Amino acid sequence: MSIEARFYLDRGAFTLDVDLTIPAQGVTALFGRSGSGKTTILRCLAGLERIAKAWLTFNGEVWQNEQFFLPVHKRPLGYVFQEASLFPHLEVKRNLLYGYQRIAKEHRRIQLDEVVSLLGLSELLTRYPEALSGGQRQRVAIARALLTSPQLLLMDEPMASLDASSKGDILPYLERLHDELSIPVVYVSHSIEEVERLADQMILLEQGKVLAQGTLQDLLSRTDLPLAHSEHASAVLEGHIGAHHEADHLSEVVFNGGRLWVTEQARAIGAPVRVRILARDVSIALTPPQASSLLNGLEVRLLEISADPHPAHIILRLQVGEQILLARITQRSCKHLNLAPGQTLWAMIKGVAVSG
Amino acid sequence: MLGISDNDLMALWVTFKLAAISTGILLVVCAPIAWWLAHTRWRGKVFIEALVTLPLVLPPTVLGFYLLILLGPHGWVGGTLESMGFNHLAFSFTGLVIGSMIYSLPFVMQPLTNAFAAAGGRVLEVAATLRASPLDRFFTVVAPLARRGFLTAAVLSFAHTLGEFGVIIMVGGNIPGQTQVASIAIYDHVEAMDYAAAHALALVLVVLSFSLLLSVYALNKKFKVVGVGT
Repeated sequence: MSIEARFYLDRGAFTLDVDLTIPAQGVTALFGRSGSGKTTILRCLAGLERIAKAWLTFNGEVWQNEQFFLPVHKRPLGYVFQEASLFPHLEVKRNLLYGYQRIAKEHRRIQLDEVVSLLGLSELLTRYPEALSGGQRQRVAIARALLTSPQLLLMDEPMASLDASSKGDILPYLERLHDELSIPVVYVSHSIEEVERLADQMILLEQGKVLAQGTLQDLLSRTDLPLAHSEHASAVLEGHIGAHHEADHLSEVVFNGGRLWVTEQARAIGAPVRVRILARDVSIALTPPQASSLLNGLEVRLLEISADPHPAHIILRLQVGEQILLARITQRSCKHLNLAPGQTLWAMIKGVAVSG
Repeated sequence: MLGISDNDLMALWVTFKLAAISTGILLVVCAPIAWWLAHTRWRGKVFIEALVTLPLVLPPTVLGFYLLILLGPHGWVGGTLESMGFNHLAFSFTGLVIGSMIYSLPFVMQPLTNAFAAAGGRVLEVAATLRASPLDRFFTVVAPLARRGFLTAAVLSFAHTLGEFGVIIMVGGNIPGQTQVASIAIYDHVEAMDYAAAHALALVLVVLSFSLLLSVYALNKKFKVVGVGT
């Protein structure tokens, strides 16, 4: 079950030449700078952009080839645009039902009540779009797309046009979407933080070409790719809530290879969580420190030492259980500690961001 | 009634019938053309735009003169009809409808084209991703969003046709009950120095036209017509 896509487009200044295999499950992020071709790829997948040299199959079904083009309205997909683009002449409820009413009854797997509670829309149903905030509009747009019970959900930077507080408003909903619905999502973004919170797989794009594709964790920690050398170089560890310590207002995240203390989480014990750790927030010790204010130390194995753009720094690739952690330390400390691949070390972690 | 003769009543009837029929047909005919004009990227589009606006600047007599030649028994259209066993169209009500449609064409095309241009774009793409076919999209998204454009086009075309004179006198002549419209009847009364009759008919036209516009604007205000770009 997958999406096979080959798109070729030459617009002089911009050339798109990609050959993609997108698994038809989980969230796949199309990540790259603006102008890397992310949105064009998404529009080609939807059929909104019709380019001559395109081959596209969805779970074995041909959507486009040399002779055939399945029009947008016949593709079982949902699309969320950068701006919510609600119908201004319809109140929220009729916006939501617009697509729902246009699919056959037996294909309606997702019901109005479900998305209304999933996205917190019950107060908004009778309002017109002009009376909604940016974040509310985008939630309605997402719900409207979901109500077509899509077999594939395409999202084009759904949070790019929102301010920080509306973003914070929407992200938890997107995470619930990821956890509760089993619809494959292709998510376009140029924000690595968003990608790290939501994506399972990632396709890295640069100037219309695929730089790499693979799992999120793999691509984040590959030192031959630019991500591991960017200012926000980071790693994502997946685990679950192991315990809550109410007296200290802390929760414990457990994964194979260790555990981390994080600020108290409103999640049940056993719930899967993802923690994001910036490379610059990780320091290294040869032995477990005796007296430190840092709560979190993990026993790791040093896999690789690689150069960083700034000559003062290096990036360490560390193995925790079967997952990878990155640390950015100075060249000087590396020499001082005599680090070499294969060593067992202690990674001391200053900051942890938790998401669903 | 107030010195209005049966003949004048008939002229009023012909006038309103003409305005209603030509406006109705114009809206239907112009909608697809306006849609096309609003969205085509064809370079020759400017040629069509200029042609469509031409009736706005041409003297009505020029328009009427060409129509008379075209629709008359020796004209390209009239002659063809004659050879097929029909009547030619000069001095007929059908001829008047054709003339009025051309005369009021720019007043329908402009508002519709503008409304369609504003109602296109992203919301249509959204509707397509929500499974709406092209025709479905036109009726459920474009038409409601372009409602103000349709209303403006209808009112302007109707009012403009009420005041038509030059084209009608050239194409339609002045046959009472068939092609004599109110504006021409007034002209006749003045020619005959019957100012009282001219006054009465003119007043009826003023009052009727004003009430028509008033009711439309009041309606427009009361029922908020959701428009794009307004």
